Amino acid sequence: MSTFLGMPAARDGRGPSPQAAPGTLSGIGRPEDPLHWGASFPDAARAALDNGQLRRNLGKATSTIRAKRASVVGEVPDWEALRDAGSALKTDVMARLPELLETLERNVTARGGVVHWARDAAEANRIVAGLVRAKEADEVVKVKSMATQEIGLNEALAEEGIAAVETDLAELIVQLADDMPSHILVPAIHRNRTEIRDIFLERMADAPPDLTDVPRELAMAARAHLRRKFLSAKVAISGANFAVADTGTLAVVESEGNGRMCLTLPETLITVMGIEKLIPTFDDLEVFLQLLPRSSTGERMNPYTSMWTGVTPGDGPSEFHLVLLDNGRTKVLADEAGRSALHCIRCSACLNVCPVYERVGGHAYGSVYPGPIGAILTPQLTGEKSDLPYASTLCGACYEVCPVKIDIPSILVELRAREVALAGSSPDTADRVWKAAMKAASYAMADGGRFRRAARVPRLLRAISRNGVIRRLPFPGSLWTRSRDLMEPPKQTFRDWWAEREDGR
Amino acid sequence: MTDTKAEILARIRAALGTDGGSAAPAGATAAAGTVPREYRSAGEHAPGSDVVLDLLIDRLVDYKAHVHRVPVAELPALLARLVAPTTREAPRGSVVVPHGLDGDWLSALGDDVDVRTDSRDAPLSAADLDEIDAVVTAARVAVAETGTIVLDGEPDQGRRAISLVPDVHVCVVRADQVVQTVPEAVRLLGRDPARPLTWISGPSATSDIELDRVEGVHGPRTLHVVLVS
Repeated sequence: MSTFLGMPAARDGRGPSPQAAPGTLSGIGRPEDPLHWGASFPDAARAALDNGQLRRNLGKATSTIRAKRASVVGEVPDWEALRDAGSALKTDVMARLPELLETLERNVTARGGVVHWARDAAEANRIVAGLVRAKEADEVVKVKSMATQEIGLNEALAEEGIAAVETDLAELIVQLADDMPSHILVPAIHRNRTEIRDIFLERMADAPPDLTDVPRELAMAARAHLRRKFLSAKVAISGANFAVADTGTLAVVESEGNGRMCLTLPETLITVMGIEKLIPTFDDLEVFLQLLPRSSTGERMNPYTSMWTGVTPGDGPSEFHLVLLDNGRTKVLADEAGRSALHCIRCSACLNVCPVYERVGGHAYGSVYPGPIGAILTPQLTGEKSDLPYASTLCGACYEVCPVKIDIPSILVELRAREVALAGSSPDTADRVWKAAMKAASYAMADGGRFRRAARVPRLLRAISRNGVIRRLPFPGSLWTRSRDLMEPPKQTFRDWWAEREDGR
Repeated sequence: MTDTKAEILARIRAALGTDGGSAAPAGATAAAGTVPREYRSAGEHAPGSDVVLDLLIDRLVDYKAHVHRVPVAELPALLARLVAPTTREAPRGSVVVPHGLDGDWLSALGDDVDVRTDSRDAPLSAADLDEIDAVVTAARVAVAETGTIVLDGEPDQGRRAISLVPDVHVCVVRADQVVQTVPEAVRLLGRDPARPLTWISGPSATSDIELDRVEGVHGPRTLHVVLVS
């Protein structure tokens, strides 16, 4: 059943060993580089498409969450105004990043916190491991965090003899199965209830032997398992959804209460945060706390949001460390065309609407950041040559749902053009990736709504034209423009022109 | 300034073209300070109005929270009922309250309920709290549109741990504390932004298994919201 999960995963010798998946329970192993692992996209996509169970799990999950999101977004009368504000706020943050980071540091420090700066993953991991060792702790509890996934913190701590316990239910499932997350929000989306029960029975020592696969029972088994750890942990590690520069306030948005446990009970809290997570003022939370939950889980508000400002004597941790992480973010920032990828608030709405993601799942992208946002963020963060920009049909659905209006399709086109120009092109690879993406999404062309979105492509092409002429198309169009120029497409598609003409009658 | 910090800030300035090495790119600084705020900064209904209260109740029920609406005179009797021991196996109940909670609220509690008081100066341990059945707190503000209650750690709401570890949370909200929209609540909380804030929208929940929602994971599995007018 798990041809995909057991797939050999070596890429440039950096992936986990192929024998990491002996049975149906074990996942794909923990890679050395969380931003670059597994088979190439077309190989991984093909294997995923052959895995019926995976496709059923993904199809059910993404269609459910799409419907929930559409329903709760539809009831907000000023949704577009909130998106405009969110987008502008993030643009403002990037333009003033040095000033805002120093303001944040000053405010966190004034309230008794300690701020650390980390240039890359290794430096961040060293800082965190040093802080944990100083507390003489050999176990830490963790709140789900993309930043710590990205830097491979758990593996780095393990090398220092420190066990990092994931406390989010899905992250716990992924960790117990020695697997990798396949979705930003629901990392175990590729597992169904029966698989999860089997993982608990085999890997969780205190799981009740008569455990069934009813989700409530599984959640209660996790509650019992983690309760003791919460009550005794000395150190907790978290990420952050937002950091408010002008007050020094950090915010974590969650559902289960594992976040509150970690942020409240241990004596020491260490938060690892990408430098792009800033927002300028406390009032700006009013924008993002409306955009994020509805886009992410499709809820009006997530069950729990915690906000803390440094240390509050007598309430919560007595020691607070904030690690500010670069790890490639300044490379992304330097790219005027691609820097808006840093605006991402990790809601994962773009994954749930993507016809390619829905069919191939998160692992095919070989990065902790999968889906459309991963296809632009991963190659920019690593600065490495990547085939991920081709893992899209450019249908434009990701842009339509993005709460901060990141124009993912345009960035994909730009990255493709650059791959071709800089790398001297590798048409074979690009061709394989593009075909894999198109195969995954072939149903788009059988559906009127999706096809309308695909009609966005000509408008994207306008973005790369000069004086009405396109001299170099991204692959596969480059095969055409290698020997001829292409005229810029008209501003309107025929469909749009026809609709307007009919409306005007 | 540490070398690392200096290097990261230098990288950012170089990336933005504001390091003096090259001309600032158009748009990088011009974008600052031009955030459009056409969204609603407040709802059309007054805090505490019937429309707003009905909306809050609708949202809370949707989250599987238990909602009670009582005049202030009936609050003690209701609280006594909500924290009373419910099973024969556990003939005594226990409740923790923050030291600043209005004493009248607990005036009708039965002899079969042990009341523990918690404060920043005399905190109960996590293990102590784990043995306690329920917690009663006040709230700072509630948001009707999202079904959210916010605690800010003041003496009538207590340390964050007390509303987290016990399995039943009874939260008392005054009608005039209920606003319609998120911006109204954020601006109110922004007057004291350094207070530890907990935003609660229904009981703890997970959708991690096939996106099936399960209420009650690590936080209190039962949330009672008592609306007092």
